[in-house]
Amino acid sequence: MSAAEPNYLTADFRLRSWFITTDHKRVALLFFATITLFFFLGGAAATLIRLELLTPRGDLVTSDVYNRLFTMHGVIMVWFFLIPSIPTTFGNFMVPLMIGARDLAFPRLNLTSWYLFLIGGAVTLYALFIGGVDTGWTFYTPFSTMYSNGHVVLAVIGVFITGFSSILTGLNFIVTIHRLRAPGLTWYRLPIFLWSLYATSVILVLATPVLAITLLLVAIERLAGVGIFDPKLGGDPLLFQHLFWFYSHPAVYIMILPGMGVVTELVTCFSRKTLFGYKFVAWASMAIAAVGFFVWGHHMFVSGQSVFAGLVFSFMSFVVAVPSAIKVFNWTATLHKGWVHFDAPMLYALGFIGLFTIGGLTGLFLASLAFDVWVTDTYFVIAHFHYIMVGGMVTAYFGGLHYWWPKITGRLYPEYWARAAAILIFFGFNMTFFPQFILGILGMPRRYHAYDPALQVWNVLSSAGASVLAIAYALPLFYLGWSLFWGRKAGPNPWRATGLEWQTSSPPPKHNFIETPVVRRGPYEYTPDPVPQNA
Amino acid sequence: MWRNWIPFWHSGASSYGGDVDLLFIGLLTVSLLVTALLFTLLLTFAIRYRATSDADRGHRIKKSWHWEVGWTTATFVAFLGLFVWGATLYLRIFDAPDHTLSIYVVAKQWMWKAQHPGGQREINELHIPVDRTVRLTLASQDVIHSFFVPAFRVKHDVVPGRYQSLWFKAERTGVFQLLCAEFCGTDHSAMTGRIVVMKPDDYTRWLSQQDVDGTLAAQGSALFRELGCSGCHMGTSTVRAPHLDGLYGRPVPLADGRVVVADERYIRDSILQPRAEVAAGYDPVMPSFAGRVDEEGLIKLVAYIKSLANGAEAKP
Repeated sequence: MSAAEPNYLTADFRLRSWFITTDHKRVALLFFATITLFFFLGGAAATLIRLELLTPRGDLVTSDVYNRLFTMHGVIMVWFFLIPSIPTTFGNFMVPLMIGARDLAFPRLNLTSWYLFLIGGAVTLYALFIGGVDTGWTFYTPFSTMYSNGHVVLAVIGVFITGFSSILTGLNFIVTIHRLRAPGLTWYRLPIFLWSLYATSVILVLATPVLAITLLLVAIERLAGVGIFDPKLGGDPLLFQHLFWFYSHPAVYIMILPGMGVVTELVTCFSRKTLFGYKFVAWASMAIAAVGFFVWGHHMFVSGQSVFAGLVFSFMSFVVAVPSAIKVFNWTATLHKGWVHFDAPMLYALGFIGLFTIGGLTGLFLASLAFDVWVTDTYFVIAHFHYIMVGGMVTAYFGGLHYWWPKITGRLYPEYWARAAAILIFFGFNMTFFPQFILGILGMPRRYHAYDPALQVWNVLSSAGASVLAIAYALPLFYLGWSLFWGRKAGPNPWRATGLEWQTSSPPPKHNFIETPVVRRGPYEYTPDPVPQNA
Repeated sequence: MWRNWIPFWHSGASSYGGDVDLLFIGLLTVSLLVTALLFTLLLTFAIRYRATSDADRGHRIKKSWHWEVGWTTATFVAFLGLFVWGATLYLRIFDAPDHTLSIYVVAKQWMWKAQHPGGQREINELHIPVDRTVRLTLASQDVIHSFFVPAFRVKHDVVPGRYQSLWFKAERTGVFQLLCAEFCGTDHSAMTGRIVVMKPDDYTRWLSQQDVDGTLAAQGSALFRELGCSGCHMGTSTVRAPHLDGLYGRPVPLADGRVVVADERYIRDSILQPRAEVAAGYDPVMPSFAGRVDEEGLIKLVAYIKSLANGAEAKP
């Protein structure tokens, strides 16, 4: 490799070169900038929610504003941060690098995906800022179609457009992983991150169209008064819930599977050991993607769906938890007799395992029918899914961000600051969300602007935790930004990792590899000394 | 009661509340055991095998499938147990026993309206007797609401366009929170009320102190005439319409060959969508009353038609 070879960042400095780029690494950075903006917007809404809930009376904002705040928080965090988070950033950046390819299968489609995301995001933000939406991110009918006083149609059109971005990204990953693997890179030599992205992509492609149809039907009923969901017009409100959750429960796996993939990479790399039970972990992702399509009715145990349907969906929900448990056991077993390093990415990975376990176990509480009747639609549910989505996915996202930061930027981040942020996030997170389990048990329903004064202590504790969490999430913005200019040069492989992405320079050249690598071994040969996949 | 000893949360006050609490403790115990096992292993491995330690790393476990099959099976069996436990109790909660006190509740933005069989009405309050099974028929005038009584460990969505039912038996007198648990618009969090559980004597006294405009069925009878239903469904009318005496609870053969039981749902739907399920032998000539009668009126009509069931027994 010649030292003069420009990397993907220095290949072209013109601004224009970014907006028409088809380089997967640059598209990844475009997505990264966009979703970071959305993350802090959604976070700002959450901050106002927690401030309002400091006192039992609704005194900071009016009820209508409060309802718009939690809708904004949900819509932004689900569709404009969590769903695109790992796939569009680390997925876009790493999939070609990890399989030894020059780019994704459809580079221009990849850029289209970003533009669709941008347009969908702009439309939704416009709806949220010209007056907002008060339906909650779930858009339940007939409230959303006939009774809401917010900009429902505009918001669902924004989400509708963004859905196409999801579909294109999913399609691109599936084709890329099938067609562009380097010579010798068999399926069972793929890093687990790719297996989990593959499973995610299958869901993106199969489930998102159902969401698109559902949202269109909402818009049609609201605009034209065609009876689909409102019983006054001859429609059925539960039909909406079935359609919505048919997408939105698998969407939960869109949000967590990539996180599981990242954590698998981190756990093996930082315990310097082969992954325990590779095939089980790989197929667990596929099992989650498949079974995940048959559990949607567990959101409807008290909605009036038949008791028999309740039994089936409860059973399937317990079944879908088994592969997740398999993963947790395998990660733990991987540590056994390893050489565990506690660098910041590993701290995030360990935090993920702990928080995901609590989130997963409380998911079993909710899958258990009679208990769900008690706590569904309370803060217990809020706490549960934040343990998965924030404690799980966002923690994994930060873990991946620190792990691949040297590869993406060519610079090392300051290790001690990063460890401090990881620990602060862990404690801030638990302080914010654990009290919400107790609030749920004590009977505080979700989406309540004002609440029973007896519950104030737990709300204050949660809000206090949220302020710690807000600081902890802002920290990386500063030290990672600092490292861009003053961080030490990373070199190609600062973690002495085995994956193909580490066998090229950092930042990688425009076309990733000077020569296409030939893969000769599995992804995690760390013991006794790490051996790259192409060695 | 054992559940009164548990600190930290007020135990359930309904007949199945204690069983739900027990399920909660079961789930909690399993979770704590799993969490304790897992976190102990994680911490032990992480510390014992930290990079700087010189703990023995020889004799690693090579063949992993024994472990995989082992923990997968164990997990599945444990989950199966929890599923059966939760499902059994769910079947009990959602299966209303017979011989109950039947009360109607209409939800609308943003209030709860209750109608007792004796014609007593109340808003955002529900007075019930202790130790007696109460069956609620829930209807919504507008959007989806959810009837939630945390102390009874029960909730059920109130979906417009259909009746939902819910039962409980309060085991303690007192005042309990009633909340709306499904987001229903601006004042969702203000859509709260009180369930007042009284001793039987107090309850009877309370009932007799209310201003009553006739029983619910009597109010329904008046409405029945007012809307002109009686013109066809009673006496000797020129239009052929079925008489409603003795209808409630009976199987009704339909024109399309199906047979349905004339329950609350059938009566309600027949008033609003009379052409959907036409009784066999009759022409579909009845007009829809959708828009002319609200949920509270429908409940009165249903109560009235139900009351005709008993009177009809004597007829040949």
